[in-house]
Amino acid sequence: MQNIPCEERLHKGPVAICECLQSIPCNPCADACPRQAITVAEINDCPVIAADNCNGCGLCMLHCPGLAIFVVDHTYSQEQALVKIPFEFLPLPKVNGSVEALNRSGECVGLAQVIRVQKSPNKTNVLWLAVPHELAMEVRAIRLQKEQ
Amino acid sequence: MIDTDVLVIGAGPAGLLAATSAARAGVNVLLVERSERLGGQLIKQTHKFFGSRDEYAGERGIAIAARLVKETEEQAGITTWKNAAVAGIYPDGVVVIACKDSFYTVRPKKMVIATGAAEKTMLFPNNDLPGIYGAGALQTLMNVYGIMPGKRILMVGAGNIGVIVAYQLLQAGVEVAGVVEAAPRVGGYAVHAAKLARYGVPIYTSHTIKAAHGEEYLTGVTVAKLDECWQPIEGTDRYIAVDGLCLAVGLTPLTELCWQAGCEMRYVAELGGYVPLRNAEMRTTKPDLFVAGDAAGVEEASAAMVEGKIAGLSVAADLGCMNVTNELEHAKKQLSALRAGPASAKIRSGLSQILIGEVS
Repeated sequence: MQNIPCEERLHKGPVAICECLQSIPCNPCADACPRQAITVAEINDCPVIAADNCNGCGLCMLHCPGLAIFVVDHTYSQEQALVKIPFEFLPLPKVNGSVEALNRSGECVGLAQVIRVQKSPNKTNVLWLAVPHELAMEVRAIRLQKEQ
Repeated sequence: MIDTDVLVIGAGPAGLLAATSAARAGVNVLLVERSERLGGQLIKQTHKFFGSRDEYAGERGIAIAARLVKETEEQAGITTWKNAAVAGIYPDGVVVIACKDSFYTVRPKKMVIATGAAEKTMLFPNNDLPGIYGAGALQTLMNVYGIMPGKRILMVGAGNIGVIVAYQLLQAGVEVAGVVEAAPRVGGYAVHAAKLARYGVPIYTSHTIKAAHGEEYLTGVTVAKLDECWQPIEGTDRYIAVDGLCLAVGLTPLTELCWQAGCEMRYVAELGGYVPLRNAEMRTTKPDLFVAGDAAGVEEASAAMVEGKIAGLSVAADLGCMNVTNELEHAKKQLSALRAGPASAKIRSGLSQILIGEVS
Protein backbone atom coordinates (compact mmCIF):
# COMPACT_ATOMS: atom_id res chain seq x y z
CA MET A 1 0.00 0.00 0.00
CA GLN A 2 1.26 3.46 -0.80
CA ASN A 3 1.43 6.26 1.74
CA ILE A 4 2.69 4.14 4.62
CA PRO A 5 5.63 5.70 6.44
CA CYS A 6 8.86 3.68 6.43
CA GLU A 7 9.63 1.32 9.34
CA GLU A 8 12.18 3.75 10.72
CA ARG A 9 9.62 6.58 10.87
CA LEU A 10 6.96 4.30 12.34
CA HIS A 11 9.27 3.57 15.26
CA LYS A 12 10.09 7.20 15.93
CA GLY A 13 6.68 8.25 17.26
CA PRO A 14 3.06 8.98 16.32
CA VAL A 15 2.34 9.44 12.63
CA ALA A 16 -0.78 9.70 10.48
CA ILE A 17 -1.70 6.84 8.18
CA CYS A 18 -3.90 8.00 5.34
CA GLU A 19 -5.99 5.20 3.82
CA CYS A 20 -7.36 7.35 0.99
CA LEU A 21 -6.33 5.64 -2.23
CA GLN A 22 -8.98 6.67 -4.73
CA SER A 23 -8.94 9.84 -6.76
CA ILE A 24 -11.89 11.89 -5.44
CA PRO A 25 -12.37 15.68 -5.20
CA CYS A 26 -11.46 16.32 -1.57
CA ASN A 27 -8.75 18.15 0.39
CA PRO A 28 -9.81 19.21 3.94
CA CYS A 29 -6.98 17.09 5.44
CA ALA A 30 -4.38 19.29 3.77
CA ASP A 31 -6.09 22.46 5.05
CA ALA A 32 -6.34 21.00 8.55
CA CYS A 33 -2.65 20.21 9.03
CA PRO A 34 -0.91 22.92 11.07
CA ARG A 35 2.50 21.63 9.89
CA GLN A 36 1.73 21.48 6.17
CA ALA A 37 2.64 17.81 6.22
CA ILE A 38 -0.24 16.81 3.92
CA THR A 39 -0.26 17.68 0.25
CA VAL A 40 -3.19 17.37 -2.13
CA ALA A 41 -1.64 18.91 -5.25
CA GLU A 42 -4.83 19.04 -7.32
CA ILE A 43 -8.16 18.57 -5.61
CA ASN A 44 -8.67 15.15 -7.23
CA ASP A 45 -5.23 13.88 -6.21
CA CYS A 46 -4.81 11.52 -3.27
CA PRO A 47 -3.27 13.09 -0.18
CA VAL A 48 0.45 12.52 0.37
CA ILE A 49 1.77 12.74 3.93
CA ALA A 50 5.33 13.90 4.45
CA ALA A 51 5.86 11.62 7.44
CA ASP A 52 8.87 13.54 8.70
CA ASN A 53 6.77 16.70 9.08
CA CYS A 54 3.88 14.85 10.74
CA ASN A 55 3.83 14.64 14.54
CA GLY A 56 0.68 12.53 14.71
CA CYS A 57 -1.46 15.28 16.27
CA GLY A 58 -4.53 13.83 14.54
CA LEU A 59 -6.20 17.11 13.51
CA CYS A 60 -6.55 15.75 9.97
CA MET A 61 -8.60 12.86 11.37
CA LEU A 62 -11.26 15.25 12.60
CA HIS A 63 -11.68 16.87 9.21
CA CYS A 64 -11.42 13.87 6.86
CA PRO A 65 -14.97 13.29 5.50
CA GLY A 66 -14.07 9.71 4.63
CA LEU A 67 -12.88 8.87 8.18
CA ALA A 68 -9.87 7.43 6.36
CA ILE A 69 -7.00 8.77 8.48
CA PHE A 70 -5.60 6.99 11.52
CA VAL A 71 -2.63 7.67 13.78
CA VAL A 72 -0.24 4.91 14.78
CA ASP A 73 2.38 5.23 17.55
CA HIS A 74 4.79 2.36 18.01
CA THR A 75 6.64 4.17 20.79
CA TYR A 76 3.67 3.91 23.16
CA SER A 77 5.16 1.05 25.19
CA GLN A 78 7.32 -2.01 24.91
CA GLU A 79 4.36 -4.33 24.47
CA GLN A 80 1.78 -2.11 22.87
CA ALA A 81 1.28 0.40 20.10
CA LEU A 82 -1.24 3.21 20.24
CA VAL A 83 -3.80 3.44 17.43
CA LYS A 84 -6.04 6.51 17.17
CA ILE A 85 -9.26 5.98 15.24
CA PRO A 86 -12.06 8.39 14.29
CA PHE A 87 -15.32 7.34 15.98
CA GLU A 88 -18.79 8.61 15.14
CA PHE A 89 -20.98 6.33 17.26
CA LEU A 90 -22.68 6.58 20.63
CA PRO A 91 -22.30 5.47 23.33
CA LEU A 92 -18.60 6.20 23.63
CA PRO A 93 -16.48 3.46 25.20
CA LYS A 94 -15.26 3.89 28.76
CA VAL A 95 -11.70 5.05 29.33
CA ASN A 96 -9.52 2.17 30.61
CA GLY A 97 -12.17 -0.29 29.53
CA SER A 98 -11.51 -2.94 26.96
CA VAL A 99 -13.29 -3.20 23.60
CA GLU A 100 -13.27 -5.64 20.70
CA ALA A 101 -10.73 -4.51 18.11
CA LEU A 102 -11.96 -4.86 14.52
CA ASN A 103 -9.93 -4.99 11.32
CA ARG A 104 -10.82 -3.41 7.97
CA SER A 105 -13.27 -6.25 7.28
CA GLY A 106 -15.05 -5.89 10.61
CA GLU A 107 -13.52 -9.07 12.05
CA CYS A 108 -12.56 -9.09 15.71
CA VAL A 109 -8.78 -9.52 15.92
CA GLY A 110 -8.41 -9.13 19.66
CA LEU A 111 -9.06 -6.75 22.50
CA ALA A 112 -7.99 -3.13 22.68
CA GLN A 113 -7.66 -1.01 25.78
CA VAL A 114 -9.24 2.43 25.56
CA ILE A 115 -6.59 4.90 26.71
CA ARG A 116 -8.39 8.11 25.97
CA VAL A 117 -11.60 9.40 24.37
CA GLN A 118 -10.95 12.72 22.68
CA LYS A 119 -14.22 14.56 22.16
CA SER A 120 -14.42 16.96 19.29
CA PRO A 121 -16.86 19.83 18.72
CA ASN A 122 -17.50 18.57 15.17
CA LYS A 123 -18.57 15.20 16.61
CA THR A 124 -15.80 13.17 15.01
CA ASN A 125 -14.44 11.86 18.30
CA VAL A 126 -11.08 10.13 18.43
CA LEU A 127 -10.40 6.95 20.38
CA TRP A 128 -6.89 6.17 21.59
CA LEU A 129 -6.49 2.40 21.64
CA ALA A 130 -3.61 0.35 22.99
CA VAL A 131 -3.10 -2.82 20.95
CA PRO A 132 -0.24 -5.28 20.46
CA HIS A 133 2.36 -3.87 18.04
CA GLU A 134 1.58 -6.46 15.39
CA LEU A 135 -2.05 -5.29 15.25
CA ALA A 136 -1.32 -1.58 14.82
CA MET A 137 -1.80 -1.77 11.06
CA GLU A 138 -4.87 -4.01 11.39
CA VAL A 139 -7.13 -2.37 13.99
CA ARG A 140 -9.37 0.27 12.40
CA ALA A 141 -12.66 0.03 14.32
CA ILE A 142 -14.06 -1.19 17.62
CA ARG A 143 -17.14 -2.86 18.97
CA LEU A 144 -18.27 -2.38 22.54
CA GLN A 145 -18.29 -5.64 24.43
CA LYS A 146 -21.67 -6.95 25.41
CA GLU A 147 -22.96 -5.95 28.84
CA GLN A 148 -20.67 -2.89 28.85
CA MET B 1 -48.63 41.40 -9.43
CA ILE B 2 -45.26 41.39 -7.66
CA ASP B 3 -42.23 42.64 -9.53
CA THR B 4 -38.76 41.38 -8.66
CA ASP B 5 -35.35 41.39 -10.30
CA VAL B 6 -34.77 37.70 -9.72
CA LEU B 7 -36.95 34.78 -8.74
CA VAL B 8 -35.03 31.80 -7.34
CA ILE B 9 -37.10 28.62 -7.18
CA GLY B 10 -35.90 26.15 -4.55
CA ALA B 11 -33.86 26.84 -1.42
CA GLY B 12 -31.47 23.89 -1.42
CA PRO B 13 -27.71 24.37 -1.75
CA ALA B 14 -27.98 25.63 -5.36
CA GLY B 15 -30.89 28.01 -4.73
CA LEU B 16 -29.42 29.47 -1.53
CA LEU B 17 -26.10 30.20 -3.26
CA ALA B 18 -27.91 31.65 -6.29
CA ALA B 19 -29.96 33.94 -4.05
CA THR B 20 -27.09 35.17 -1.87
CA SER B 21 -24.68 35.61 -4.80
CA ALA B 22 -27.20 37.65 -6.77
CA ALA B 23 -28.33 39.74 -3.79
CA ARG B 24 -24.75 40.43 -2.72
CA ALA B 25 -24.10 41.80 -6.21
CA GLY B 26 -26.96 44.25 -5.66
CA VAL B 27 -30.15 42.86 -7.16
CA ASN B 28 -33.46 42.07 -5.46
CA VAL B 29 -34.27 38.40 -5.03
CA LEU B 30 -37.48 36.57 -4.25
CA LEU B 31 -36.56 33.09 -2.99
CA VAL B 32 -39.41 30.58 -2.91
CA GLU B 33 -39.25 27.20 -1.23
CA ARG B 34 -41.90 24.50 -1.35
CA SER B 35 -41.19 23.08 2.10
CA GLU B 36 -41.28 24.75 5.49
CA ARG B 37 -37.49 24.77 5.87
CA LEU B 38 -34.65 26.24 3.89
CA GLY B 39 -31.66 24.04 3.10
CA GLY B 40 -33.10 21.36 0.84
CA GLN B 41 -31.53 17.94 1.29
CA LEU B 42 -28.68 19.41 3.35
CA ILE B 43 -30.86 19.42 6.48
CA LYS B 44 -30.63 15.62 6.70
CA GLN B 45 -27.00 15.13 5.68
CA THR B 46 -25.29 14.38 8.97
CA HIS B 47 -22.01 13.30 7.33
CA LYS B 48 -19.04 15.50 6.51
CA PHE B 49 -18.85 16.72 2.94
CA PHE B 50 -16.15 16.24 0.35
CA GLY B 51 -14.77 19.01 -1.82
CA SER B 52 -12.58 21.97 -0.96
CA ARG B 53 -12.79 24.78 1.56
CA ASP B 54 -14.70 26.88 -0.98
CA GLU B 55 -17.60 24.42 -0.70
CA TYR B 56 -17.20 24.02 3.08
CA ALA B 57 -15.64 20.56 2.76
CA GLY B 58 -15.06 18.73 6.04
CA GLU B 59 -18.22 20.25 7.50
CA ARG B 60 -21.40 18.24 7.95
CA GLY B 61 -24.29 18.89 5.58
CA ILE B 62 -26.47 20.02 8.50
CA ALA B 63 -23.79 22.56 9.50
CA ILE B 64 -23.51 23.81 5.92
CA ALA B 65 -27.31 24.17 5.80
CA ALA B 66 -27.27 26.25 9.00
CA ARG B 67 -24.49 28.44 7.61
CA LEU B 68 -26.17 29.00 4.22
CA VAL B 69 -29.56 29.69 5.78
CA LYS B 70 -28.02 32.24 8.16
CA GLU B 71 -26.21 33.96 5.27
CA THR B 72 -29.46 34.07 3.31
CA GLU B 73 -31.45 35.49 6.21
CA GLU B 74 -28.83 38.13 6.94
CA GLN B 75 -28.32 39.17 3.33
CA ALA B 76 -30.14 42.38 2.38
CA GLY B 77 -32.22 42.21 -0.76
CA ILE B 78 -33.63 38.71 -0.33
CA THR B 79 -37.30 38.07 0.37
CA THR B 80 -37.97 34.47 1.33
CA TRP B 81 -41.26 32.61 1.03
CA LYS B 82 -41.52 29.18 2.62
CA ASN B 83 -44.36 26.73 1.99
CA ALA B 84 -44.55 28.33 -1.44
CA ALA B 85 -44.92 26.14 -4.51
CA VAL B 86 -44.48 27.45 -8.03
CA ALA B 87 -47.62 26.34 -9.81
CA GLY B 88 -46.86 27.57 -13.30
CA ILE B 89 -44.80 29.74 -15.60
CA TYR B 90 -46.77 31.55 -18.30
CA PRO B 91 -45.42 32.39 -21.78
CA ASP B 92 -45.22 36.11 -20.89
CA GLY B 93 -42.88 35.28 -18.01
CA VAL B 94 -45.45 35.60 -15.24
CA VAL B 95 -45.02 33.00 -12.51
CA VAL B 96 -47.86 31.76 -10.33
CA ILE B 97 -46.99 30.80 -6.77
CA ALA B 98 -49.26 28.94 -4.37
CA CYS B 99 -48.61 30.05 -0.79
CA LYS B 100 -50.77 30.11 2.35
CA ASP B 101 -53.98 29.09 0.54
CA SER B 102 -53.60 31.91 -1.97
CA PHE B 103 -52.15 32.35 -5.40
CA TYR B 104 -49.68 35.12 -6.14
CA THR B 105 -48.46 36.31 -9.50
CA VAL B 106 -44.84 37.37 -9.81
CA ARG B 107 -43.11 39.01 -12.75
CA PRO B 108 -39.35 38.44 -12.44
CA LYS B 109 -36.80 39.88 -14.83
CA LYS B 110 -34.69 36.72 -14.42
CA MET B 111 -35.34 33.30 -12.96
CA VAL B 112 -33.12 30.59 -11.48
CA ILE B 113 -34.68 27.13 -11.36
CA ALA B 114 -33.05 25.13 -8.57
CA THR B 115 -35.74 22.57 -7.91
CA GLY B 116 -33.43 19.63 -7.22
CA ALA B 117 -34.17 16.01 -8.00
CA ALA B 118 -36.57 13.19 -7.14
CA GLU B 119 -35.63 9.68 -6.15
CA LYS B 120 -35.95 6.84 -8.61
CA THR B 121 -37.60 3.66 -7.46
CA MET B 122 -37.53 -0.01 -8.51
CA LEU B 123 -40.05 -2.47 -9.82
CA PHE B 124 -40.44 -5.73 -7.92
CA PRO B 125 -43.40 -7.57 -6.38
CA ASN B 126 -44.70 -5.96 -3.17
CA ASN B 127 -42.54 -2.85 -3.55
CA ASP B 128 -45.32 -0.86 -1.83
CA LEU B 129 -45.15 -2.66 1.53
CA PRO B 130 -44.71 -0.45 4.59
CA GLY B 131 -41.03 -0.62 5.55
CA ILE B 132 -39.76 0.08 2.03
CA TYR B 133 -38.29 3.56 1.78
CA GLY B 134 -36.44 5.79 -0.61
CA ALA B 135 -33.11 6.87 0.88
CA GLY B 136 -34.26 10.49 1.13
CA ALA B 137 -37.44 9.60 3.03
CA LEU B 138 -35.48 7.36 5.35
CA GLN B 139 -32.99 10.14 6.07
CA THR B 140 -35.84 12.56 6.76
CA LEU B 141 -37.42 10.17 9.27
CA MET B 142 -34.13 9.38 10.93
CA ASN B 143 -32.10 12.59 10.79
CA VAL B 144 -34.77 15.32 10.73
CA TYR B 145 -37.46 13.76 12.94
CA GLY B 146 -35.39 11.29 14.98
CA ILE B 147 -37.54 8.27 14.14
CA MET B 148 -35.90 4.86 13.85
CA PRO B 149 -36.98 3.49 10.46
CA GLY B 150 -36.57 -0.19 11.33
CA LYS B 151 -34.56 -2.70 13.33
CA ARG B 152 -32.84 -4.54 10.50
CA ILE B 153 -32.57 -2.89 7.10
CA LEU B 154 -31.17 -3.89 3.73
CA MET B 155 -29.82 -1.13 1.49
CA VAL B 156 -30.21 -1.27 -2.28
CA GLY B 157 -27.59 0.70 -4.20
CA ALA B 158 -23.90 1.18 -3.43
CA GLY B 159 -23.55 4.63 -4.92
CA ASN B 160 -22.54 7.40 -2.55
CA ILE B 161 -26.07 7.84 -1.20
CA GLY B 162 -26.45 4.11 -0.51
CA VAL B 163 -23.17 3.71 1.33
CA ILE B 164 -23.53 7.00 3.24
CA VAL B 165 -27.10 6.31 4.38
CA ALA B 166 -26.20 2.72 5.31
CA TYR B 167 -23.54 4.15 7.64
CA GLN B 168 -26.06 6.63 9.08
CA LEU B 169 -28.35 3.66 9.80
CA LEU B 170 -25.54 2.04 11.79
CA GLN B 171 -25.08 5.31 13.68
CA ALA B 172 -28.79 5.32 14.51
CA GLY B 173 -28.44 1.87 16.01
CA VAL B 174 -30.08 -0.02 13.15
CA GLU B 175 -28.63 -3.36 12.08
CA VAL B 176 -27.68 -3.13 8.39
CA ALA B 177 -28.18 -6.55 6.78
CA GLY B 178 -26.07 -5.57 3.79
CA VAL B 179 -25.91 -3.44 0.68
CA VAL B 180 -27.18 -4.90 -2.59
CA GLU B 181 -25.73 -3.45 -5.79
CA ALA B 182 -26.65 -4.51 -9.32
CA ALA B 183 -23.38 -3.29 -10.84
CA PRO B 184 -20.29 -5.49 -10.53
CA ARG B 185 -18.56 -2.83 -8.42
CA VAL B 186 -19.27 -0.22 -5.76
CA GLY B 187 -20.10 3.14 -7.33
CA GLY B 188 -19.72 5.22 -4.15
CA TYR B 189 -16.40 6.48 -2.87
CA ALA B 190 -14.09 3.72 -1.61
CA VAL B 191 -13.64 5.45 1.76
CA HIS B 192 -17.41 5.30 2.40
CA ALA B 193 -17.52 1.61 1.48
CA ALA B 194 -14.51 1.02 3.76
CA LYS B 195 -16.42 2.57 6.69
CA LEU B 196 -19.16 -0.02 6.22
CA ALA B 197 -16.69 -2.88 5.72
CA ARG B 198 -14.94 -2.27 9.03
CA TYR B 199 -18.22 -2.57 10.87
CA GLY B 200 -18.88 -5.85 9.10
CA VAL B 201 -21.60 -4.77 6.66
CA PRO B 202 -21.45 -6.98 3.53
CA ILE B 203 -21.77 -5.41 0.09
CA TYR B 204 -23.32 -7.78 -2.46
CA THR B 205 -22.27 -6.55 -5.90
CA SER B 206 -23.97 -8.04 -9.00
CA HIS B 207 -27.10 -8.69 -6.94
CA THR B 208 -30.66 -7.44 -7.14
CA ILE B 209 -33.96 -7.53 -5.27
CA LYS B 210 -36.40 -10.03 -6.78
CA ALA B 211 -39.32 -9.58 -4.40
CA ALA B 212 -40.38 -8.20 -1.07
CA HIS B 213 -42.41 -10.32 1.33
CA GLY B 214 -44.88 -9.61 4.10
CA GLU B 215 -48.60 -9.33 4.72
CA GLU B 216 -49.16 -5.99 6.41
CA TYR B 217 -45.56 -4.83 6.46
CA LEU B 218 -42.18 -5.94 5.19
CA THR B 219 -40.75 -9.09 6.78
CA GLY B 220 -38.10 -10.09 4.25
CA VAL B 221 -36.79 -9.86 0.72
CA THR B 222 -35.50 -12.28 -1.90
CA VAL B 223 -32.22 -11.28 -3.51
CA ALA B 224 -30.54 -12.98 -6.45
CA LYS B 225 -27.17 -12.82 -8.15
CA LEU B 226 -26.98 -11.22 -11.61
CA ASP B 227 -25.07 -12.49 -14.61
CA GLU B 228 -22.96 -10.32 -16.93
CA CYS B 229 -26.13 -9.26 -18.78
CA TRP B 230 -27.74 -8.12 -15.50
CA GLN B 231 -30.16 -11.10 -15.53
CA PRO B 232 -30.90 -13.03 -12.31
CA ILE B 233 -29.04 -16.35 -12.21
CA GLU B 234 -31.31 -19.29 -11.51
CA GLY B 235 -30.74 -21.02 -8.22
CA THR B 236 -29.10 -18.03 -6.56
CA ASP B 237 -32.24 -16.79 -4.77
CA ARG B 238 -31.66 -16.01 -1.14
CA TYR B 239 -34.12 -14.88 1.52
CA ILE B 240 -33.00 -12.12 3.88
CA ALA B 241 -35.20 -11.34 6.88
CA VAL B 242 -35.52 -7.57 7.31
CA ASP B 243 -38.18 -5.13 8.48
CA GLY B 244 -36.82 -2.32 6.32
CA LEU B 245 -35.59 -1.94 2.76
CA CYS B 246 -33.99 1.27 1.58
CA LEU B 247 -33.80 2.13 -2.12
CA ALA B 248 -30.87 4.32 -3.12
CA VAL B 249 -31.03 3.68 -6.84
CA GLY B 250 -30.44 7.13 -8.21
CA LEU B 251 -32.12 10.48 -8.68
CA THR B 252 -33.77 12.21 -11.59
CA PRO B 253 -33.81 16.00 -12.15
CA LEU B 254 -37.06 17.83 -11.29
CA THR B 255 -37.48 19.80 -14.49
CA GLU B 256 -41.25 20.26 -14.87
CA LEU B 257 -40.85 24.04 -14.70
CA CYS B 258 -38.12 23.99 -17.37
CA TRP B 259 -40.45 22.04 -19.66
CA GLN B 260 -43.31 24.42 -18.95
CA ALA B 261 -41.17 27.47 -19.62
CA GLY B 262 -40.23 26.02 -23.00
CA CYS B 263 -36.54 25.30 -22.41
CA GLU B 264 -34.99 22.94 -24.93
CA MET B 265 -34.59 19.63 -23.10
CA ARG B 266 -32.50 16.53 -23.73
CA TYR B 267 -32.41 13.07 -22.16
CA VAL B 268 -28.95 12.46 -20.73
CA ALA B 269 -28.65 9.20 -18.78
CA GLU B 270 -25.38 10.35 -17.13
CA LEU B 271 -27.22 13.34 -15.60
CA GLY B 272 -30.20 11.30 -14.39
CA GLY B 273 -32.84 12.05 -17.05
CA TYR B 274 -34.16 15.02 -19.00
CA VAL B 275 -32.23 18.24 -18.39
CA PRO B 276 -32.34 21.66 -20.05
CA LEU B 277 -29.60 22.62 -22.50
CA ARG B 278 -27.55 25.42 -20.97
CA ASN B 279 -24.27 27.26 -21.26
CA ALA B 280 -21.35 27.60 -18.85
CA GLU B 281 -23.17 30.49 -17.09
CA MET B 282 -26.12 28.13 -16.41
CA ARG B 283 -28.35 30.01 -18.91
CA THR B 284 -30.92 27.79 -20.64
CA THR B 285 -32.22 28.30 -24.20
CA LYS B 286 -34.69 30.75 -22.63
CA PRO B 287 -32.39 33.76 -22.18
CA ASP B 288 -33.93 34.95 -18.91
CA LEU B 289 -34.08 31.50 -17.35
CA PHE B 290 -31.16 29.91 -15.54
CA VAL B 291 -30.85 26.50 -13.91
CA ALA B 292 -28.61 25.21 -11.11
CA GLY B 293 -28.02 22.16 -8.95
CA ASP B 294 -29.56 18.73 -9.47
CA ALA B 295 -32.27 20.20 -11.74
CA ALA B 296 -29.42 20.88 -14.18
CA GLY B 297 -28.10 17.32 -13.85
CA VAL B 298 -27.74 15.09 -10.79
CA GLU B 299 -24.39 15.64 -9.09
CA GLU B 300 -22.85 16.27 -5.65
CA ALA B 301 -23.99 19.10 -3.34
CA SER B 302 -20.58 20.73 -3.67
CA ALA B 303 -21.16 21.15 -7.42
CA ALA B 304 -24.74 22.34 -6.79
CA MET B 305 -23.46 25.16 -4.56
CA VAL B 306 -20.96 26.34 -7.16
CA GLU B 307 -23.55 26.11 -9.95
CA GLY B 308 -25.91 28.18 -7.81
CA LYS B 309 -23.22 30.78 -7.31
CA ILE B 310 -22.53 30.88 -11.07
CA ALA B 311 -26.24 31.24 -11.87
CA GLY B 312 -26.71 34.00 -9.27
CA LEU B 313 -23.69 35.95 -10.51
CA SER B 314 -24.70 35.50 -14.17
CA VAL B 315 -28.15 36.84 -13.42
CA ALA B 316 -26.64 39.82 -11.61
CA ALA B 317 -24.33 40.50 -14.57
CA ASP B 318 -27.34 40.36 -16.90
CA LEU B 319 -29.06 42.99 -14.76
CA GLY B 320 -26.13 45.36 -15.06
CA CYS B 321 -23.97 44.57 -12.03
CA MET B 322 -20.47 45.31 -13.24
CA ASN B 323 -18.35 43.87 -10.45
CA VAL B 324 -19.06 40.17 -10.70
CA THR B 325 -16.76 39.12 -13.55
CA ASN B 326 -13.82 38.01 -11.41
CA GLU B 327 -15.98 36.09 -8.99
CA LEU B 328 -17.79 34.41 -11.86
CA GLU B 329 -14.55 33.31 -13.49
CA HIS B 330 -13.27 32.04 -10.12
CA ALA B 331 -16.45 30.00 -9.60
CA LYS B 332 -16.21 28.48 -13.07
CA LYS B 333 -12.61 27.43 -12.41
CA GLN B 334 -13.62 26.01 -9.02
CA LEU B 335 -16.30 23.89 -10.69
CA SER B 336 -13.94 22.62 -13.41
CA ALA B 337 -11.41 21.64 -10.74
CA LEU B 338 -14.06 19.70 -8.80
CA ARG B 339 -15.06 17.84 -11.95
CA ALA B 340 -11.53 17.16 -13.21
CA GLY B 341 -11.04 13.73 -11.61
CA PRO B 342 -12.02 10.20 -12.61
CA ALA B 343 -14.95 10.26 -10.14
CA SER B 344 -16.57 12.89 -12.40
CA ALA B 345 -16.00 11.14 -15.76
CA LYS B 346 -19.72 10.36 -16.04
CA ILE B 347 -20.70 13.95 -15.24
CA ARG B 348 -18.26 15.31 -17.82
CA SER B 349 -19.64 12.96 -20.45
CA GLY B 350 -23.19 14.07 -19.58
CA LEU B 351 -22.36 17.76 -19.63
CA SER B 352 -20.71 17.48 -23.05
CA GLN B 353 -24.16 16.55 -24.40
CA ILE B 354 -26.01 19.59 -23.10
CA LEU B 355 -23.50 22.44 -22.94
CA ILE B 356 -24.19 25.09 -25.52
CA GLY B 357 -22.44 28.29 -26.57
CA GLU B 358 -23.84 31.74 -25.83
CA VAL B 359 -27.55 32.04 -26.57
CA SER B 360 -27.97 34.75 -29.17
